[in-house]
Amino acid sequence: MDLSIIFDNIGIYLEGLKTTAWLVSLSLLLGLLLAVPLAVLRTAQAYAIQAPIRAYVYFFRGTPLLVQMFIVYYGFGQFDVIKTSFVWPLFKEAWFCALFTFTLNTGAYTTEILRGAIEATPHGEIEAAKAAGMSRLLMLRRIVLPSAFRRALPQYSNEIIFMLHGSSLASVITLVDITGAARIINSRFYSPYEAFLTAAVFYMALTFMIVFLVKRLEGRWFAHLRPQETSRG
Amino acid sequence: MKKLLIVVAVMAIVLGAATVQAKDWKKIRVGVEGAYPPFSYVTPEGELAGFDIDIAKALVAAMGKDIVLVPQDWDGIIPALLARKYDAIIASMSITEERKKKVAFSNKYYNTPAKFVCKKGAMGEFSRDNIKGKKIGVQRATIHDRYLTDNYGKDVDIKRYATQDEAYLDLVAGRVDMLLADSVAISDGFLKKPEGQDYQFIGPDLNDPKWFGEGTGIAIRKEDQDLVEMFNQAIEQIRADGTYKQIQDKYFDFNVYGE
Repeated sequence: MDLSIIFDNIGIYLEGLKTTAWLVSLSLLLGLLLAVPLAVLRTAQAYAIQAPIRAYVYFFRGTPLLVQMFIVYYGFGQFDVIKTSFVWPLFKEAWFCALFTFTLNTGAYTTEILRGAIEATPHGEIEAAKAAGMSRLLMLRRIVLPSAFRRALPQYSNEIIFMLHGSSLASVITLVDITGAARIINSRFYSPYEAFLTAAVFYMALTFMIVFLVKRLEGRWFAHLRPQETSRG
Repeated sequence: MKKLLIVVAVMAIVLGAATVQAKDWKKIRVGVEGAYPPFSYVTPEGELAGFDIDIAKALVAAMGKDIVLVPQDWDGIIPALLARKYDAIIASMSITEERKKKVAFSNKYYNTPAKFVCKKGAMGEFSRDNIKGKKIGVQRATIHDRYLTDNYGKDVDIKRYATQDEAYLDLVAGRVDMLLADSVAISDGFLKKPEGQDYQFIGPDLNDPKWFGEGTGIAIRKEDQDLVEMFNQAIEQIRADGTYKQIQDKYFDFNVYGE
């Protein structure tokens, strides 16, 4: 065990931490923005609306993230149609390919999580909203989605953590994230133990931070479920 | 206590077995890469082939032993040797001071210079100013990676790949402006193929021993000095009896051994 390797090169890990942090948070944000409308549409009656969303979710949940990333990164580069089109300057960049794949991947999982939560909305809440004369959009905004978000939160926190861990694949397509930093250190000093243990510590710290934040959020969103102090008269 | 005894006993057996195996080499397990044409690649039929593979087979045959080829990704190739997944690495590995800290090397079995490659006409003369800010691809954990990092790390954007094949893909896709790699690997593995016809070498032959070592050798665990000796003898033998030249002529039309 030679930790001086790590301390001398901590800068590489910090750069990697930065890459992992923005890559994961941005893909989670974009994935969530994508998932909310998709989840709502997915619960629609019309099959023509449902079907494409089903296909999208099925593809991204049915294939490994690494394979999806290879398709986007190496696969797209094979077609001249894509290479000569206006999107190529974006797909040329490794960071965009990673962001694109991660966003669609987490979007698919989040769509499913939200769909489950929306479908589990108690009938009473919807009936009450209808009785109060709410329009569908207002009902969605005030009743269905807030209650669905609450139910989805524990599952979604898992998705956040999975995405963080999945992001380690970005190092395969030349990005220097936390894992990429570890690979550089490993290849320079042939010390896999020190290099990857340090990466593990970084991921663990991030995971604990996520768990802590979600717990705080749960505390707020589930305040109504907490045992209440009542005065005994 | 009893548990501890069992653990100790099991470890003794395992370690004992390992040392016994290290003493009499019935078969020799050789770690190879399989993604570094023309030295090491996988044929359409799924077979390992290439200069390294043929040399490995010839060397082990010269010793009169059986060979087991173990494909292994490059950036884990030394750790896997140390973890006893195989007994020797024959994968175009340059003999460098840095690596000698971890493993022992046989004498060289070939020696070729490194060179940059870029798209034809994409840049003028090769110079530090001219390549400033360029994206340069390199295979991770190679001498080329180290040379580039040490000499141009601050001036260029280095993209590191797990295999040389992936680096070629990204050069063709235009994601990197240049690659640095072994000149023979580039010319045979890329320039002579249809996808490489628009590309050319640029800059001088690079062979500074500080980074590029004294040639390509066979890496072996330090405790297996007997195996190092066996490989050195085998290299001499195949050099002497013409097997080496036969294999060389199959892949190259020039002398890859160097002086």
